[in-house]
Order: sequence, then structure tokens, then C-alpha cells
Amino acid sequence: MQFRTFLTTTSLLLAMAGAASAQTLVYCSEGSPEGFDPALYTSGTTFDASGQTVYSRLVEFKTGTTEVVPGLAESYEASADGLEYTFHLRPGVKFHSTEFFTPTRDLNADDVIFSFERQLSKEHPYNGVSGGTWEYFEGMSMGDLIKSIEKVDDLTVKFVLNRPEAPFIANMAMDFASILSAEYADAMAAAGTPEMLNQQPIGTGPFQFVAYQKDAVIRYTKNPDFYREGLPKLDNLVFAITPDASVRYQKLQAGECHVMPYPNPADIEGIKANPDVVLMEQEGLNVGYLAYNTKVAPFDNPMVRKALNMAIDKQAIIDVVFQGSGQAAKNPIPPTMWSYNDAVEDDAFDPEAAKAMLAEAGVSDLSMKIWAMPVQRPYNPNARRMAELIQADFAKIGVNVEIVSYEWGEYLDRSKAEDRDGAVLLGWTGDNGDPDNFLAVLLGCDGVGGSNRAQWCYQPFEDAIQKAKTVTSAEERTALYEEAQVIFKEQAPWATIAHSVVFMPMRPEVEGYKVHPLGSHIFTEVGLK
Amino acid sequence: MLRYLLSKLLTFVPTFIGVTLISFAFIRALPGDPIIVMAGERGVTPERYKELVEQFGYDRPILVQFWDYLTGVLQGDLGTSFVTKKPVWNEFFALFPATLELSICAIIIAIALGIPAGVIAATHRGKFFDRALMSTALIGYSMPIFWWALLLIIVFSGNLHWTPVSGRIDLLYYFKDVTGFMLIDSLLSGQKGAFASAVSHLVLPSIVLATIPLAVIARQTRSAMLEVLSEDYIRTARAKGLSPLRVNGLHALRNAMIPVITVIGLSVGTLLAGAILTETIFSWPGIGKWMVDSIFRRDYPVVQGGLLLVAVAVMVVNLVVDLLYGLINPKIRKR
Repeated sequence: MQFRTFLTTTSLLLAMAGAASAQTLVYCSEGSPEGFDPALYTSGTTFDASGQTVYSRLVEFKTGTTEVVPGLAESYEASADGLEYTFHLRPGVKFHSTEFFTPTRDLNADDVIFSFERQLSKEHPYNGVSGGTWEYFEGMSMGDLIKSIEKVDDLTVKFVLNRPEAPFIANMAMDFASILSAEYADAMAAAGTPEMLNQQPIGTGPFQFVAYQKDAVIRYTKNPDFYREGLPKLDNLVFAITPDASVRYQKLQAGECHVMPYPNPADIEGIKANPDVVLMEQEGLNVGYLAYNTKVAPFDNPMVRKALNMAIDKQAIIDVVFQGSGQAAKNPIPPTMWSYNDAVEDDAFDPEAAKAMLAEAGVSDLSMKIWAMPVQRPYNPNARRMAELIQADFAKIGVNVEIVSYEWGEYLDRSKAEDRDGAVLLGWTGDNGDPDNFLAVLLGCDGVGGSNRAQWCYQPFEDAIQKAKTVTSAEERTALYEEAQVIFKEQAPWATIAHSVVFMPMRPEVEGYKVHPLGSHIFTEVGLK
Repeated sequence: MLRYLLSKLLTFVPTFIGVTLISFAFIRALPGDPIIVMAGERGVTPERYKELVEQFGYDRPILVQFWDYLTGVLQGDLGTSFVTKKPVWNEFFALFPATLELSICAIIIAIALGIPAGVIAATHRGKFFDRALMSTALIGYSMPIFWWALLLIIVFSGNLHWTPVSGRIDLLYYFKDVTGFMLIDSLLSGQKGAFASAVSHLVLPSIVLATIPLAVIARQTRSAMLEVLSEDYIRTARAKGLSPLRVNGLHALRNAMIPVITVIGLSVGTLLAGAILTETIFSWPGIGKWMVDSIFRRDYPVVQGGLLLVAVAVMVVNLVVDLLYGLINPKIRKR
């Protein structure tokens, strides 16, 4: 019965493509995109529907890895001082030709300059279009970093930076750095409808946008002129927007879609046992942590922090909160990231030793607050439950814990305060696969009073990560980040809790799908058997 | 009748002003700042925060903001969503037909099953039918929508394959919206099987959404019928030798309808509340889901504009209910 329904659905989908051999993949996506201009937004749902389908970038992350490979630029070079990056564009790259726009020229340096200048310069006519706040561009400090963008010739663009910044190249592979068509932008500006860039996108990516019906379905068709030969393999791609995880799984089983993201942790066991569904998994590029306030006594003493870390039963958290879909974290960066220092030893779970260490530090009758986030995040599916487990663990070493929580916006804001009372549960999902994106953002001195929730500024650590920003040699950077992780472990500003595991259930006929560590769902290399 | 209508319309004005004020104040009274929520773990620098506050106009005094909002509303401008950057008005009308279509089907099911169930229960008072129907109604009323919907999906879509799991129509069919009502658009498209697909997609969500109003209507019909059935004129009708069908259907039911219609009118509010969950589970692209997303994102213009439009819709339905009273009972419109 199930098989018959599946056959019917598949044959209907095949008919939709208009040819017996046409391949249509239905992806049960988890939500609606906010728009189709990836530079305007920060959510992965929007990036899946825009940056990863419609657009390409100068450089790309190789699917399934955080390695940066050439994209629209077939090569690039950095100047010796690390202040100039020159990109050589691939000749003959075509923009999508659709019902609503026909390009007259191939990709050139003007498109690259347009795509960045609109985010960089307040005077640019497209700067304020669609209420542009360019959150990611600003969030990655690109506004302060880029001094100028110059057109050397039609196929060569030079970025001049204000300071050397090794992660710059990885940033250029992020969704906000997608390349839009300057010609399309000009045409829309002339027609008085500049906001169409965000509603009917034109790019050079593997799929062309066909239509979006709000909160229901997004349709794409293959870009026949995609610059990577033989790709994409699919003729049509459909996003069936399905917000509820249990319903997504029902749709997958019924053959109403081929791939679904974000299954319920509670469903994982059932999915593994289902012979009609393939379950792919990979460690996510994230970390969930408990950040002490290292500026407030007694948490300013590394010995106290270390003792508390030793009292936490991480395995219990993995079993109960992650229901197995996570792994205990020992470093502040995930194991899939380059420079991950596997030689670092995690603090042993040893309540007795922890108790003795607290006594040695002269701390008794300690009472503290633990902040539990009110929302579910990939790195922490249930912060309240996690806080309760830690509360019970700490009670065993005589530490009394009060759990507090606030509305999400309030939580993010209040937890930044340098005089904050209590340790905060929070986490981070990587943006660009560069260790700097974790270590400098979350633990650097600049982040104190902001994204550094431990309020931790420790000079030896700071020296290592700042130096790693400026050197371009990969080996040298790796050594510096490995050293930084050792210092982190000794000083223990956080209890590193877990890295979540990302699960992707799909139908067995899907081939070539790779789970991407940066969280994007990419269909460029995917086909159907 | 015209005077009655006008007097009803006049009561719209204070209600409308009240709703405008409440919808404006509601989202601002919630803790949480849209800019901080938008930035998430990444955060935002104080300088950038100041810039954005200015850009969104939050730095202006609250009364000035309200005045701008009010004058905008009166000119038909509900503002632009922070998130999608599209006018609230356009977004609402792109999604509202889906909610309306689902709600109409649900209310039809609720009325078509609820009234006969109530009548049967009343005429079989204390007997098996009465007990069975009223217990079922109580279960329906107290059932968590979320759980009920998933149960139906697992049984009818997952195991029996009678209905599709979610969505409004099979993805095979692709046509442009004309009216926004899938049943009508699928017919207009002329594509074979499209209408049947749209109907099959409506079945489960309509049943789920109809469950609570159905239970309420059935119970209300029963109690109203019981009251009427004990009246003298019913005894007279029976004594005259009229058939039970004529007595119950014509004499009793018509007179029992006033409180039932009130309940139906009030269920429209319940329907919209139920639509939030039903739409989320069945991936139904309506305004319920849209409003909830906007509240989480603190998308002020959408929340205040959406609330206002929903309130107006409920007011219109209640006006229609008031007019129906007048039709059924001429004494009311003369009062």
C-alpha cells in the first residue's frame, strides 16, 4: 500500500516535469524563507531557499566540508601583507534567464562590486532597499574590514582591507557574499521596483527561481547554464514548507517528499528502524556551553570553575537532553573543524574530587544561578532540562543552584552584562568554518560585555587568537588555535557541554546527498535513482 | 432593518479604536526587543543598535508612533513587515483566503453535524444516544488539537493512505492564484484531478478545526432544544397530532436557534485560535501561522496589523450574526 502511494506520487512528480526522464526532488523544508536576498537575512531557512539554490559566490565551501574552494572566481591571490585579495572571475558564467528577466551579458566585475557595495556604502542606491540592515555583513565586521573594492578589469576584482584578516576568504563563501546581477538590479531600479531583487531572485546558482507561494511551496528549475559541468542533476526542485517535524516525517514516509531536515530527537530510533528511510548523520558545527561569569567571585578563580566542571555528568545530559543525538564536548570548537585539538583531555566526571577542590579553593556553602534559555536551539534542545540535571549534579557537591530564565530577547541582552549574576547556558553555530569564528567571537577580549558570555579576557589566550588572525599560513594558524584550546581548558571559563549531531532522513532513492557541516541543505550534486 | 444595520455599524467605531490601541500596545507590552531577537546569539553592537532603532523609528515618542500608525491605518496603510519587507496588507490578503476556506469548511462540518447531534440528544434525553453523543462532544471539546491532528494524520494518511499528510494541493498541480481559494482556483485551472486533490487536502484539517465548535454547537443545541421542548406550545403542537419530525424540526428547532447562532458567531473567534495550531500542523499557509511567527520575531507591524484585520473579520461575522437574529426573530430588530 505504502509502496503504491509512493509510486503514484513519484509518477505524478515525474509528469510534472513534463518528461519521463525529468527528475524532481521534493524537500520538506522546515519554514518559510524571509525573502530571497541572502544578504538581508541571517537564518539558515532563508539561505537554503536563496543562497544555496539561486546564487553562487566567488569562493564556495566544498559540500560536506568547511574547505574553501574556487567558485565564480577560478582563482584568487592575497598580497604578502594580507591587505589585498585579488579574485579572477570565471569567464562565460551566465545569469538565469527566466520569465521575468533575460540577461544580456555574462557575469563580470560589476556584479561583484554591486553585490558588496550595496552592503558597504550608505550612499549606494540599493543600500536602503527592502529595509536593508545587512546583519551578517555587519556581524562579520566586513564594513570595518573592507577599505575598498576595485575593478581591475572586466574579470578581475581587488578587495583592499584595512587590516590583515585570515578568515576573510572563508567569509567570502558565506551566503551574504552571494553574487547578484547588477544588470537585473539596474533594470528593477529603472522600473521602480527594486524590492523585486528580494522577491524574484536572479543569480548564477544551480537552480532558477520559478515561484513562491507564501508558507506553502517554493519551486525551482534547473539552471541549464550552471558553470559546474553536469550539475545540477535534478531537473526540478520543490520546497514543500512543513513546519511540524512529526508531519515532515509522515510526509517522508508517505512519499510526499524525498528529504527532510530536523527530525524530532524522539523519532530518531524509529527512523533508524524504518527500512524505507535512510538516515544520514554528522556532527554539527556547533557547541553548547555553560559560561561562568569570570568577573564575579568566586567564579574568578579557575579552580572553582574547574571543580564545577568536574561535577557535571555530561553523559547523562547527552542521554536525557539530546536523547543520544549529541556528543560530549571537551573543546570550545567542534571536532569537524580544522585545528580541533584532540589531544586535550576533558575534565573527568568526579564529584568527590570536585568537592575536595572546592574546599581547597576555600569555597563552602556556594549558591549560584544557572540561566536556562527559553528556546530550543540545535546546540541545546532543552535548556531547562539541562539546567535541572546540572542543578542535581551541583547539589551532590554541596552547591545550591537556582534556575532562572527570561524571554529570548531579554535573555540574550541581559546575559551580556559584565556584572551578571550566574552562569549562562548558551551556544553557537559556526558561520564560516573558521576557528576564529568561535574562539575570537565567544572568548576574545573584544567580546566582553557582548558575545563573550564568560566575560573572560585572558592575555595568553588573546595573544594566540589575535596572532592567528593575521598570519596566512594554515599550519601556523592551526598551531596557534591548538595552543589556545589548551589554555582554554586550563582556565575553564565555560563548562563545554555538547556538540549536537545533525540527522537527515531521506528516501532511499536519493543519491549524492551530503550533510553539510555549516548547516545548509544543498541539492546541487543530488540525484534520484 | 436599515436603521438596525446602521446602529450596529455605529458600534464598530469604538470597537475599532479600542482594537487599534490594544493591538498597538499588545506587542510592545511583551518583553523582548525585535532587533535583539533578530540578531540572535550573534548580537549587535550598541552603535549598530542605535542605527537600527532609528531606522525602524522606535526612538520616537510612543504617542508619535501610535499617531503615525493610526493615521496610516485610516489611509489603509498597515506598514511593512520588518522581516519580509512586504506590506502587511498584501501579506494578509495573500494568506487570508486559505484561513477563510478552511474555517468555512470547518464551520459547515460543525453545523451540519453539531445541530442534528444536539437535536437527537435532546429528543432522546437520558437515553443511550444522548449519553453517547454528549460524551463524544465532551471528549471532542477537551481534546488537545495538536494531538488530535497528529493522531488523524498517522491513522488516515500514514496507515490507511486515504488522505494526504499536509499542504493544500498535490505539488503536481501548479497554477497561479486567482481567488486564493484553492477549491475555486483548482476548478478554474481546468487541470484534471486538481479539484479532487484540493478537497482531499481539506478533509483532515477541516475535521480537526471543526472538532471544538462541533462539540460546543451540539451541547448548546441540546440544552436550547430541551428548554423549548418543555414549552406549552410544543405540548399543544403534539396534542394537535403533528408528527414528531414537524414538532421538533419546525416548532422546536427554529425557536432553539437563537442561542445556537450566538454560539456559532462566537466560535469564529475560537476557529481563528484553533487555526493557529491546525495550520502549523497541516502546513496550511494561512494567517494563524503567520501571526505566531510574527509574534516570535517581534515583527511589530505584522502583529498589530494582523490583529486589527482579524478583529475586523470577527466583528463582521458578529454583525452578520446580529442580522441573522433579526431575520429569525423579528422582535429583536424592533427592539
